[in-house]
Amino acid sequence: MPSSSEAAIVVDGVTKSFGKVEALRGVNLTVEPGIVFGLLGPNGAGKTTLVNILATLQRPSSGSASVAGYDAVREASRVRSAIGLAGQFAAVDDQLTGLENIEMVGRLYHLPGEVAKRRARTLIEQFGLEDAADRQAKTYSGGMRRRLDLAAAIVNEPQVLFLDEPTTGLDPRSRIELWAVIDELAKGGTTVLLTTQYLEEADRLASYIAVVDHGLVIAQGTATELKERVGGRVLAVRLRDAAQIDPARGILQAFGDTPYVDVAAHEVTVAVGSEPGVVAEIIRALDAGNITVADLQFRQPSLDDVFLALTGRAAEEVDAELATASRSGARA
Amino acid sequence: MTTTTRTMPAAASEGGLRWALHDSFVMTRRNLLRYVRLPENLVGLTVQPVMFLLLFTYVLGGAMSVTTPDYITFLLPGILVQTVVFGAFATALGLAQDAQSGLFDRFRSLPIARSAVIVGRLTADLLADIFVAALMIGVGYLIGFRFGGTLLESIASPAIAILFALPIAGLFAAIGLTARSVESVNVIGFVAIFPITFISSAFVPVESMPGWLQPVADNNPFTHAVNASRALALGQNSDGAVLATLIWAAILLVIAIPLGVRAYNRPR
Repeated sequence: MPSSSEAAIVVDGVTKSFGKVEALRGVNLTVEPGIVFGLLGPNGAGKTTLVNILATLQRPSSGSASVAGYDAVREASRVRSAIGLAGQFAAVDDQLTGLENIEMVGRLYHLPGEVAKRRARTLIEQFGLEDAADRQAKTYSGGMRRRLDLAAAIVNEPQVLFLDEPTTGLDPRSRIELWAVIDELAKGGTTVLLTTQYLEEADRLASYIAVVDHGLVIAQGTATELKERVGGRVLAVRLRDAAQIDPARGILQAFGDTPYVDVAAHEVTVAVGSEPGVVAEIIRALDAGNITVADLQFRQPSLDDVFLALTGRAAEEVDAELATASRSGARA
Repeated sequence: MTTTTRTMPAAASEGGLRWALHDSFVMTRRNLLRYVRLPENLVGLTVQPVMFLLLFTYVLGGAMSVTTPDYITFLLPGILVQTVVFGAFATALGLAQDAQSGLFDRFRSLPIARSAVIVGRLTADLLADIFVAALMIGVGYLIGFRFGGTLLESIASPAIAILFALPIAGLFAAIGLTARSVESVNVIGFVAIFPITFISSAFVPVESMPGWLQPVADNNPFTHAVNASRALALGQNSDGAVLATLIWAAILLVIAIPLGVRAYNRPR
């Protein structure tokens, strides 16, 4: 029996292999009820596979998972009644109107006809689609389709909502609109598990974040905790002369862990602390080393920076490695 | 226990027959709406078979020598069986489109009967078959077609055509669910179905074909279905064609069900 004090999602040693490729290599997670939990990672890290297992679309190769207190394999049908899923591609029927789409999903959740109709009407208004309610979904913009998809996913007032890269491919305005909708859901007490490639998005929405890499959770914590591991701020130093990359790297090493070098851009990036005066010190040190600085700028830590801090490589390199691994069919 | 505070209905009911019927009904309704909303579907469904009927009757009809009173009486059951078998395309295409659009993942994440997606698809296509059969018989009557048997035989004639087409639609459902793209469904279907429907008794008597082709046409299950539907339309003895059609339908069904279930449950 699920109780409110029990975890909404428990993932225990879950692995999943597709042939020789291991998408998940032993994931452990606990998601408390009522929070927005972010799964952060690059493409191919295993985020979607994990969501698919939790949403009962795939079975784990080993390990176990429970959602809303039910086992995702043995009690799959109970899990399905308790969850909502908005996948990477908006799952709407283009030929049906917005209202019909939501109503259909409501009926498939076995809501009585009248209730499904009423819920559809309420959600259409809540998601700002009332003007398009009776238009076929094929006339919707990308952002409208995502909102319709999300509305259909919560028609049953799910205890746990899965959002797989909810804003990928959306323009900035639609993204911000969708964020507001997800905020509202979270305020209503729904447990949300969302996957994203953007630290900014996880930071904005999730109260707790797990970083996924190569099918493993490599770090967990609040956004603040993760950023502290990055070092708070990221300083990018662009050099005029490529020959000075190595000496600059040596100097910057003193200010933050393992500076990252982008040879093509003549850029050395380092995570620095937030104590005052550090910038002046860095400039003085570079000057003393006769390094000619073309540009110097602070950035908010990105997913890359989190990855650098946690793994010593950038997210794109992870992508490349993964592509190589799946081509050769073997994993290091 | 948080579940009581939610509007969760008598949930977790995948097993119940009542809910299985309910889910299939919802899916059927959705697929019928898609038929009506997509003009090209409607045209393919109605205009094409009627056009075939008229072209064959008036362009080729004069050159045909058949045993029935006139060519339309010979032709209509043949085109009817061909049309409903071609309808299996719609089944495969519809499912392939759903699988591609991401709707499938949504359906598979819902607490619905596992069979509902396929049953809903097949039911909608069955209703479309009935509609088209009625339309073709109506047009046929305008250009000289007449049933020659009892009322029961007249109903059984299109019915056996549709009964034969259903398991084929089931087979195509499996193809639609496994196919890599909507386009590949088109190619597979066209290459498989077109020769099968033509090397048969649908348009010409088998005796008019070259000797080497006759055994192929004679043993084509499609020929049995056409002969069965035609004999019932004329009110004649089917010489075992009705039985052969029913046996073929059963065989195809036994093949189609496990393939369809496996294709649906296949992780994608």
